[in-house]
Amino acid sequence: MRAAVIVFPGSNCDRDLVEGFRGAGADVTRVWHKETSLPDGLDVIGIPGGFSFGDYLRCGAIAAQSPICRAVVEFANKGGHVIGICNGFQVLCETGLLPGVLMRNAGLKFVCRAQKLVVESADSPFTNGYSKGQEIVIPIAHHDGNYSADDALVAELRASDRVAFSYRDNPNGSAGDIAGIFSENRRVLGMMPHPERASETAHGNTDGALVFSSLMDAMATA
Amino acid sequence: MKARVHIMLKKGVLDPQGEAVRHALGTLGFSGVEGVRQGKVIELDLADGTTEDTVKEMCEKLLANTVIESYQVEMA
Repeated sequence: MRAAVIVFPGSNCDRDLVEGFRGAGADVTRVWHKETSLPDGLDVIGIPGGFSFGDYLRCGAIAAQSPICRAVVEFANKGGHVIGICNGFQVLCETGLLPGVLMRNAGLKFVCRAQKLVVESADSPFTNGYSKGQEIVIPIAHHDGNYSADDALVAELRASDRVAFSYRDNPNGSAGDIAGIFSENRRVLGMMPHPERASETAHGNTDGALVFSSLMDAMATA
Repeated sequence: MKARVHIMLKKGVLDPQGEAVRHALGTLGFSGVEGVRQGKVIELDLADGTTEDTVKEMCEKLLANTVIESYQVEMA
């Protein structure tokens, strides 16, 4: 599996995400935001957490318009796999690859804790190693993680099995307790929790490692 | 020439920051503040001849997220 991790000014989880992919056996390169093209033969792109461009204007808005993001959108539109975590989820929403938007947490406070999640769908390249309904713990750390979507969109996401993960004890006011969603073709995943921070025994929790090994399995059988 | 863009959350979109400001005004003793909505103003210095349509395109593409925000352009 060949993976690329995009790096923006202000990204701060890019190295962790590289290690997450490597832990599953991927060959990973980091790609600076000013690049206009992606490495050849890529299987998956990771958009990391952090504070790209200082969260100026809106979280992820400036990053979504950077040169490399045009290539990322093109890659996704051709059926490529993309995972955006935390700020990466915000970026994916701003590019329009995923619907909805992440707003300021309902409680207005930055939340940073180990968070219980429910795996809502195991039917995707990112979650095939989990089982539906499984409860896992993944760290969250964000100020703007309040997934905002109207009732019709939430219903549509539920009906089409596009909610990847949901929160137990909603920490940020997200509509429908949504913590992560898939694109229509299920090859783009955006999630606020950080699986790369729970993917090695040294982290004290390996619940997130399955996101990366699921991808590896999906690529091997593709 | 200049343009001023006003960006506000659409009606119906919850504004937790505005709500916190409303609450704070209440604790300061300002009674009767029934609602606060917080938005932003962006001022653009533009080359002469830039049209309002161009500024609206900027809003659609970057300045506003039209999923949750509405915008108004004021050309000056």
